[in-house]
Amino acid sequence: MDLSVTSREEGGRTVVEVSGEIDVYTAPTLRERLNELVGAGHHHLVVDMEGVEFLDSTGLGVLVGGLKRVRSHDGSLHLVCQREKILKVFRITGLTKVFPIHDSVADAIAASSSAESGTAS
Amino acid sequence: MPTVALRFSPLAEHVRTARLVAVAVARRAGFPESQLDEIRIAIGEACARAVLRTRSDAFVSMDLTDDHDRLDVVVHDDRRDVVDGPVGGAGGSEDPLALALMAGMAEAVSVDDEDGAPGAVRMTWSLHAEPSDAPSPRGDGGASGS
Repeated sequence: MDLSVTSREEGGRTVVEVSGEIDVYTAPTLRERLNELVGAGHHHLVVDMEGVEFLDSTGLGVLVGGLKRVRSHDGSLHLVCQREKILKVFRITGLTKVFPIHDSVADAIAASSSAESGTAS
Repeated sequence: MPTVALRFSPLAEHVRTARLVAVAVARRAGFPESQLDEIRIAIGEACARAVLRTRSDAFVSMDLTDDHDRLDVVVHDDRRDVVDGPVGGAGGSEDPLALALMAGMAEAVSVDDEDGAPGAVRMTWSLHAEPSDAPSPRGDGGASGS
């Protein structure tokens, strides 16, 4: 199954909907797409992974890279994921402490927005 | 003697094929879906690692041995001539995320990695008893790490 990446604006955030398999072969596509978005000034990302069937360490590396990029612009990267098999990958690698992971896009947008207003100074 | 052996050129697109083959063998051996997810991830990591380490004119190979209620997997890379320097790009530094996933998903993992020599990742899974009444699925398998 191929990787599909689409994005839209919602609630002042850029929602990146990813579906399919993120692995050593497809991860570069996701990296390019995230880089394009950040390069175009989208610094607050919500990556919706509900449609992701498979995630490997290369994909994790791309997400970590995306997080670093948005943070260098004072941005944020929130994830949406409820699938146990994908969450397990974040848990085993300790990345649940690095990424805020939410149950829904609405929750992620709300958390992302309140975090920004809370830290704006 | 492996139950199924697969040999492929070191291209990222073949890693998915290797995962599919491994999961098909494990499923046929009776492993439940929860363990198939672990096997899929760990073997994907081992094969991706081997692809990065193997010269473009060589092959990655994967041996799957279904021994009753136990699955042994060995993924061999072929880095014979990598001593040339950083041409291939994957200079040999291990990805801690990949190692964490292999260690976290397999029951036993060992990584053979001598400088400039072909390496191998060995992983083992034991078929768990019914998930509902499995207080402690056998011992540790006995395989040592390192």
